[in-house]
Amino acid sequence: MSTPQSTIDQFVQSDYKYGFVSDIETEALPPGLDEEIIRAISAKKREPEFLLQWRLRSYRHWLTMTEPSWPKATYPPIDYQKIIYYAAPKPKAQLNSLDEVDPELRRTFDKLGISLDEQKRLTGVAVDAVMDSVSVATTFRKELAKQGIVFCSFSEAVREHPDLIEKYLGTVVPYTDNFFAALNSAVFSDGSFCYVPKGVRCPMELSTYFRINTANTGQFERTLLVADEGSYVSYLEGCSAPMRDENQLHAAVVELIALGSAEIKYSTVQNWYPGDKDGKGGIYNFVTKRGLCRGRGSKISWTQVETGSAITWKYPGCVLLGDDSVGEFYSVALTNHRQQADTGTKMIHVGKNTRSTIVSKGISAGRGQNSYRGLVQMRPTATGARNFSQCDSLLIGDQCGAHTFPYIEVKNPTAQIEHEASTSKIGEDQIFYCNQRGLSKQDAVNLIVNGFCKEVFRELPMEFAVEAQKLLGVSLEGSVG
Amino acid sequence: MDANDSPPARLGRFVEPFASVAEVAASDGEPHWMLGIRKAGLARFAEQGLPTLRHEDWRFTNLAPIEALPFRPLPRPQARAVSVADLDRLSLAGMSGLRLVFVDGHFAPELSRIEAVEDKVQVRGLSQTLRADGAWLEQQLACWHEGQDRAFRALNDAYCTDGIVLHVSAGVAVAEPIHALFLSSGIEPGLASHPRNVLVAEANSRVMVIEQYASLGGAATFTNTLTQLVVGEGAQVEHVRFQDEGPEAFHMGALRAVVAGSAQLAAHSFALGARLSRQNIGLTLAGPGLEAILNGLYVTTEKRLADHHMVVDHAQPHCASHEYFNGILSGQSRGVFHGRILVRPDAQKTDAKQTNKNLLLSNSASVNTKPQLEIYADDVKCSHGATIGQLNPESVFYLRTRGLPVETARRMLIHAFAGEIIDRVQCGPVRQALDRLVWDRLERDAQVRLDAAAPHS
Repeated sequence: MSTPQSTIDQFVQSDYKYGFVSDIETEALPPGLDEEIIRAISAKKREPEFLLQWRLRSYRHWLTMTEPSWPKATYPPIDYQKIIYYAAPKPKAQLNSLDEVDPELRRTFDKLGISLDEQKRLTGVAVDAVMDSVSVATTFRKELAKQGIVFCSFSEAVREHPDLIEKYLGTVVPYTDNFFAALNSAVFSDGSFCYVPKGVRCPMELSTYFRINTANTGQFERTLLVADEGSYVSYLEGCSAPMRDENQLHAAVVELIALGSAEIKYSTVQNWYPGDKDGKGGIYNFVTKRGLCRGRGSKISWTQVETGSAITWKYPGCVLLGDDSVGEFYSVALTNHRQQADTGTKMIHVGKNTRSTIVSKGISAGRGQNSYRGLVQMRPTATGARNFSQCDSLLIGDQCGAHTFPYIEVKNPTAQIEHEASTSKIGEDQIFYCNQRGLSKQDAVNLIVNGFCKEVFRELPMEFAVEAQKLLGVSLEGSVG
Repeated sequence: MDANDSPPARLGRFVEPFASVAEVAASDGEPHWMLGIRKAGLARFAEQGLPTLRHEDWRFTNLAPIEALPFRPLPRPQARAVSVADLDRLSLAGMSGLRLVFVDGHFAPELSRIEAVEDKVQVRGLSQTLRADGAWLEQQLACWHEGQDRAFRALNDAYCTDGIVLHVSAGVAVAEPIHALFLSSGIEPGLASHPRNVLVAEANSRVMVIEQYASLGGAATFTNTLTQLVVGEGAQVEHVRFQDEGPEAFHMGALRAVVAGSAQLAAHSFALGARLSRQNIGLTLAGPGLEAILNGLYVTTEKRLADHHMVVDHAQPHCASHEYFNGILSGQSRGVFHGRILVRPDAQKTDAKQTNKNLLLSNSASVNTKPQLEIYADDVKCSHGATIGQLNPESVFYLRTRGLPVETARRMLIHAFAGEIIDRVQCGPVRQALDRLVWDRLERDAQVRLDAAAPHS
């Protein structure tokens, strides 16, 4: 046992490469939460009355709720009155082109590898960058507008397309949904909005980059994506935050709506600051993500790579309402040091012949605790529905934990459900085999882990797949001696 | 649940009969310490009440009907509620060997056969043991912690009247299965019995125990049974809980077992009866190198519900635990399964496997299943799987191409599905009796016989 033990004991922390703080002047509201703060946020964003009322309803509902205690994560109680609910980079004048973006801000995004104009020129990915709470720049809007695609920050959408917002906001994740969704609905400051019109295939990947910069702030963004009949869109989301000793809260809401035959592919590479090796600091990532396959033959596919955050609590789900609609969930969640992840999905089958696939790969290392928690529900109307779930866990070291909590509820006999789960570790023999072939131990671990995650990485868009593999490599750096 | 009913008022009916039960027990010569256990149990129950749907472990099992029922524990056995002829009508009646019969929670010596007890084996009723061997029993009752059956454990502590107490000394192999039959007379609704069974198999002993629960009358009775099982080092124990109570009965059953190193335990649960039944199974694997099998079959029809909850706690290395649970559901019945395998940090080389398969025979039957793994050790082999669905149309088709009518094909497949579980019962006569019984029961079900429209013929 000595070799693997010493190997694993040397699981040293790799540096979090995105942990810098940008020196950007911000304008922030005082910490704390009451109706005044919500009115102030709404006024700052010059929102229409319906939205303010919605926020206030959400807030009043939130007051009646209690923080959930069922996730398999332990953390000190959050003081919601100490959080700054609104912080925005200054100046916040209307931007007409990228050149007007604060140079310091652009340097921030350059450091993150999201050089706004690089991206624009080379990769053809349209990016909406959100710093702290406010969307700072959106690229490629004109090109997209030619096809009728609306891709902008949420606040712009509120101003320019209030009808769409009023029609769809909260239809997938109502503010009554859960504690953090209610909080988000009350205080969300910005986010991304996208509408793809009928029959349009979005010509490029859309992307949002989230960054928490200011200390003591929470980030509460809201993403709303509507794919009209027969359209297709692929959407990427990335995130990072500076290294700080205190925990910061990120409570986002993402709503996807796919109408008849539309397809939405939503990919996330989540790399919030995970805290140091003793579990100090890090982001609490408490996110509600849900997609609604409203029309016949629609499809929503979630792919996520979760390597960051001190605590991850998220269950991207699909409500398969339309007949023949399809939901997919591919996930890699890595917990190292003292990270805790409680993540999974919900597949609610309502329509006939709906299908869902769940592939979840959990990797636990150090003292990380990784839980898969998923719900597959077959309603009485879901005749001929099918689900396949597979949850695999990989344990590296003997102090981590891997847990599986599947919930399966079936009310239709023609539905077919299969659930499989397994747990394994990286075998000494596997590493030995790789060593024989001239690979170092670290390379062997990376190789094995990447192989373990292959089914998920395959689902990621190309640029992200490369990033995800690198990220996993970095996160596992030093895991073996 | 009635919103106007405040909790103490709702729980009142569970508390009221306590004085008379305790008084009768004391006057019958029960040791004083038992009253302490009873009072503590009552206090714990009064504090928490029955779990509600909000409780994670009870999300799918609504206990409101039990709460609505009158609560009538019997301090003393009813005179002549059951005759020997009644017993002959029951399944497993033809089994030879030791038999202990309990009627509404009270030992009925005139119906039992306990003459031929082997040396170094003690088989008695709980109330008798309390008087004869109180010190030993006190020790046994004291060493148990509470699990997910908290409320019912507390109620059982307060109201238990009798049950089987078995003590097999080290190295003794008991040849024939020991049969404990728990009957509900079922004469009036709300009759509540609280069997408490204490089974101790010391090191290297071998024994098989069958607990059978059945009803004679059709009233809505309530059974709340708790079995504590200690399996000593190297011992081999087979335990069958066969629940076949009346269609209006409520059955809450718990099995709490602690298994020592190198031992072998096979615990089977067959849930065929009761309007609502729940088995809470808690297994602590307390020594290295042991093997445990939990095996279960539930067959539900009409509006019944069968619930199995289990926690397998791997506390030591080199242990294997396998759980197999199959359910066959028709009518508007519901099946609930919750399995949790906990592998503690030191339990390296654990081999744990959990499967739950469900066969839905009707459009309105439903299943809720939660097979869970919680793993804190890295060198383990753990897997779980769950399936829910109809009979595989391809299998039916295959058999039809071999010339079998669709009805026969279906029946064969359903029987095979149940047979997987029944085959794991090691004791031949018991296995055969259960096999026949389950088949008879399935044959009676219209949805097995396919009087209903066949979706794939």
